[in-house]
Amino acid sequence: MIWNEKFETMPGEEMRKWQGEKLREMIERIYYNVPFYRRKLQELNILPEDIEGIDDLARLPFTTKEDLRDNYPYNLFAVPMSEIIRIHASSGTTGKPTVVGYTRRDIAHWSEVVARILTSAGVERDDYIHVAYGYGLFTGGLGIHYGSEKVGATVIPISAGNTKKQLQLMEDLGSTVLACTPSYALYLAETIDELNIERDRLKLRIGIFGAEPWTDSMRKKVEERLNIKAIDIYGLSEIIGPGVASECEYQEGLHINEDHFIPEIIDPETLEVLPPGERGELVFTTVTKEGLPLLRYRTGDLSRLIYEKCRCGRTLVRMEKCLGRSDDMLIIRGVNVFPSQIESILLEMGETEPHYRLVVDRENNLDILEVQVEVGDQFFSDEIKKLEQLTAKIRRNIESTLGISVKVKLVEPKTFERYEGKTLRVIDRRKLD
Amino acid sequence: MIIKQLSVFLENKAGRLTELTGILGRAGINMTALSIADTSEFGIIRTVVSDPEKALQILKEHNFSVSLTDVVCLTTPNKPGALARALEILSVEGISIEYMYAFSIGEEAFIIMKTEDINRTIQVLKENDMHLMKAAELNNK
Repeated sequence: MIWNEKFETMPGEEMRKWQGEKLREMIERIYYNVPFYRRKLQELNILPEDIEGIDDLARLPFTTKEDLRDNYPYNLFAVPMSEIIRIHASSGTTGKPTVVGYTRRDIAHWSEVVARILTSAGVERDDYIHVAYGYGLFTGGLGIHYGSEKVGATVIPISAGNTKKQLQLMEDLGSTVLACTPSYALYLAETIDELNIERDRLKLRIGIFGAEPWTDSMRKKVEERLNIKAIDIYGLSEIIGPGVASECEYQEGLHINEDHFIPEIIDPETLEVLPPGERGELVFTTVTKEGLPLLRYRTGDLSRLIYEKCRCGRTLVRMEKCLGRSDDMLIIRGVNVFPSQIESILLEMGETEPHYRLVVDRENNLDILEVQVEVGDQFFSDEIKKLEQLTAKIRRNIESTLGISVKVKLVEPKTFERYEGKTLRVIDRRKLD
Repeated sequence: MIIKQLSVFLENKAGRLTELTGILGRAGINMTALSIADTSEFGIIRTVVSDPEKALQILKEHNFSVSLTDVVCLTTPNKPGALARALEILSVEGISIEYMYAFSIGEEAFIIMKTEDINRTIQVLKENDMHLMKAAELNNK
């Protein structure tokens, strides 16, 4: 099923024309309403009337998370506050949170794009959607909520936390769709095992998972353990929240709602747009946003764009599953390491839980990477030699993939908290002075 | 004759053993025997308790990695050469011991051991008139 045939199957040329028109309108709005952008455009001697079409996008200035922080909380908004009907904010792990605002039309667009992604995941109006994303400032809960209502499904706004009660309600209310972070989905699966809940008592069939990077091997694990189809969705609050992109039933990349959010892939070092198909940093321009329109926003997420038509019939450009962020990347003794690589290795081994944490430190000017892995019940042996063999095997597998030596430490189960939001995977203790 | 021994994974962190024993104590579970195998990074607690199933459940609820392992408890006279005689029987039969812990008091010595084949161990020791203790006897001692 396709929610919006017109835009989701629009021929490429027509889409580019649409994007060009919307871009022109957006530049006019931000030039006259956002002093920050007017200054940036003036520095480049660009006037709104200079924008003729989508090809002009590459000349325009970037926006970064830093810019959002510098203009905290409302200075990048392009409408008077009387037009803003909702505020969300992203958890500021470092410094201030980033604040985003929505007009009534933004909320309508947001519901529309979420309705599209839910439909492409296979959700229908007969479904019961168990929304276990956090409600509140985080965009996950309310974003999925509004889209589900638009689809006409039955929304169960359970929010995050109290896992046992969640499972009880999931069973009693007959939830068919689970929306949460992939790590929370895995945690739910573990709890189902712990409580010996028979899978037949749950009616789940689809998972809508996003808000943190996860690998295909983790997907397999979640699909097997929950017996569902796990759909990857992508979104970030700066752009709109959930609804930026999502997989269809074929799970071969995420269709970007490019009539609202124009994607580009750039080299994070040179900031040049990369040729089609190359991997780099994902950048979005939110052409239809009224409250907080962002020009070429650098997401920090690494991906590549797939232009071939999808088997599902959608013509929307696809982005490859996002496996890392340019700022998640660790450089250990000159080697680039992504936490997702470690996760894949652990999942492929199948002998430990995919719950891990990377601790980086520097001793005698040498980077030390310690991989801490939880020892789940099913892998626990009371023989030291078996645990030592397991440790050695994990170490060998990581070393042969990454090409650097690591230290592996087994830790007790549930050492790492499972957040409804994002799980802290990396602790970098290096002092780079 | 099989005794269900509780095995628990513990990181080498201050206070962890105190926490573990506290949880068992509050649940009214008594420990009859206990040994700790340790490496530089982690340790394994092996303990014989009054109610292994309940202990397993409670420790799982407290997020410990825990399992039950089949062991036997051999008793011998507390005399020189008694243990050697018992071990000789196993070694003749080619049964290797994975680990053991023991203590003696008064006239008796108690040896808890895990072997590669617990049923054959029991059979062989019994055939040679060795005395094995039942879990209930051990807990009521």
